[in-house]
Amino acid sequence: MAAGDKRSDASSDGEAVLEVDHVSKAYELEGVTVHALSDVSLQVRRGEMVSIMGPSGSGKSTLMHIIGLLDHPTSGQVVIEGEDVGRLTPNQLAQLRNRRIGFVFQAFNLLPRTSALANVELPLVYSGVSGANRARLAREALERVGLGNRLGHSSNQLSGGQQQRVAIARALVTEPSIVLADEPTGNLDSRSGIEVMAILQQLNAEGITVVLVTHDPNVARHAQRVVEIADGRIVREEPVKDRRSAADELANLPNAARVAAEEAPAT
Amino acid sequence: MNLLESFRVALRALAANKARSFLTMLGVIIGVAAVILLVSIGSGVQASITSQIEGLGSNLLFVFPGQLEGAGGPGGGGGLTKRFALEDVRLLRDRLQGVSFVAPAASGAATVRFENKTTKAQIVASDENLSQVGTYKLARGRWYRRSEVDGSARVVQLGSAVAEKLFPFTDPIGKEVTVNGQRFKVIATMQKIGGGFGGSQDTIVYMPVTTAQRLSGSSDLAEIIVKVTRAEDVDQVRAQIKRLLKPKFGDEFTVFSQEQTLSLLGNLLGTLTVMLAGIAGISLLVGGIGIMNIMLVSVTERTREIGIRKAVGARTYDILSQFIIAAVMLSVAGGLLGILIGAGGAAALKSVVPTEVTWWSVALAFFFAAAVGVFFGAYPAYRASRLDPIVALRYE
Ligand SMILES: Nc1ncnc2c1ncn2[C@@H]1O[C@H](COP(=O)(O)OP(=O)(O)O)[C@@H](O)[C@H]1O
Ligand SMILES: [Mg+2]
Repeated sequence: MAAGDKRSDASSDGEAVLEVDHVSKAYELEGVTVHALSDVSLQVRRGEMVSIMGPSGSGKSTLMHIIGLLDHPTSGQVVIEGEDVGRLTPNQLAQLRNRRIGFVFQAFNLLPRTSALANVELPLVYSGVSGANRARLAREALERVGLGNRLGHSSNQLSGGQQQRVAIARALVTEPSIVLADEPTGNLDSRSGIEVMAILQQLNAEGITVVLVTHDPNVARHAQRVVEIADGRIVREEPVKDRRSAADELANLPNAARVAAEEAPAT
Repeated sequence: MNLLESFRVALRALAANKARSFLTMLGVIIGVAAVILLVSIGSGVQASITSQIEGLGSNLLFVFPGQLEGAGGPGGGGGLTKRFALEDVRLLRDRLQGVSFVAPAASGAATVRFENKTTKAQIVASDENLSQVGTYKLARGRWYRRSEVDGSARVVQLGSAVAEKLFPFTDPIGKEVTVNGQRFKVIATMQKIGGGFGGSQDTIVYMPVTTAQRLSGSSDLAEIIVKVTRAEDVDQVRAQIKRLLKPKFGDEFTVFSQEQTLSLLGNLLGTLTVMLAGIAGISLLVGGIGIMNIMLVSVTERTREIGIRKAVGARTYDILSQFIIAAVMLSVAGGLLGILIGAGGAAALKSVVPTEVTWWSVALAFFFAAAVGVFFGAYPAYRASRLDPIVALRYE
């Protein structure tokens, strides 16, 4: 049907993998209506890396939750790979979250007292991948984020940067078409932040669409395009002229060599 | 996610909180054990009494003074009722057709003494025919004879408890004891019968009815026992008894067959067993509410986890099954432990009270426990499964 048709003429780089169409979100709080989002429209093309930037409270997380199918808009439409998600049942939405979307939270949201490997296996558990395959795929995903030597560590035995990388591995293990990251560097020191950005850029280079939320213009410039949002409205949209490369930044950091040695898989 | 996966998730959650899981199970363990134990006592007592009555031998009729009110048992009239005497026994013995024997029965209280030891006992007094009533069995010695009944001989047979109390080390047979101050010769000791309903039968002393009447100074009998020769004649003999006693007693007596006694007691004890099961069932219910409480707590506690699982693709069904399985595992494990403890307790109690573990109580308790798990686990699980992912994730 429509979704399939759209994908077939995809190679031309105009295809929107994600469309947000006149979306509004209002919260009722003690009789006062808060308009978290007002009439937001946005398109993200396949393979694109987009930053959504705005001050705290501007509605960035609200937008991401709606795009990530964790929340419903009050009005408007979200179309993912040609499919209007407003018509889907909760279980169909769960399936879309599982197969098409990888979500990276500011607060990591890993299962506590659970190993990195088991955390990364979690989405595979719900997509019905069997035991041995599941462990292999999860291990590969953790190796991609440089944690091949931390498989058995549980969340509380990992640094913030490492936890966020586990979360990224969890987001990409099902090979989604979109990775959504809501302030992924917000809780990290600058080095860990750059490492996380390097991974996201690497994923994007491999063809995965990345949507990134941040309040930090420097972080935002890792993307190809920046969408600015204020008070729940999109106020500006422009391509990034001097795009930053997190890998280069990492290489230029004073003690990069030492850290790289630390992070290398144990041999 | 398949069922096996749900099991693993549920098991891991329970294992993460071992003390709490165990305390939750405790409610079910106690409930199931109580059901099994109480029902086993109920049916054990029922079986033991039934077998005692059946041990009396079939074809027995018991004639009591006083009118039977419905099925309520003999008595009622109390002091006003005319009592039977030996002449009534003689009348029945002479005139009844198709009976093996007619025996009198009197009872009373006694203090039995040997040297410096005394003990309380009940007197059962009859004639030599009592030996043919199945329940009373000799351990050693002999029954009193016809001649001793005729001669009001001071001979006594000691119930096992009386014998043990007065003669812990020596052989009582041939010794002299005093019963209510009169000297008696011990001619037999009885087999242990064990605890029945309403006091032990091992504290009875047996003597000829004539001797007992002298001892008490009263010629009243408690009942008359009639053994019918052929089972099919029971109703006909009952009618004869009624006709023969009518001129003297009117309607102030009751003929009771063994079957009636059995069915009456059976009803009574059956009701008792069901009542015990009901009481124990309440504790199972309380255990179930405990499970619901814990499941609600753990749903609340694990709201963020539910949010995370939903965010990465868990469906309603996945969360639902995870929590229901946890609840069912708790209650089934509790049920199995409860069965072990209940059956073990029943075996341990056997020396004190007759117990009999019945399969229906085990099945009932177990399935009730499992149902309790599903029922009380379902609501918290349903609540957990319906949470919006973002609401669950935001939960602090
Ligand atoms: N669950 C909620 N209930 C009420 N208001 C909310 C809720 N979530 C967000 N808001 C409000 O919506 C606005 C946007 O919030 P958010 O999307 O979290 O902003 P950002 O992520 O850009 O900091 C804020 O004013 C916030 O107070
Ligand atoms: Mg935010």
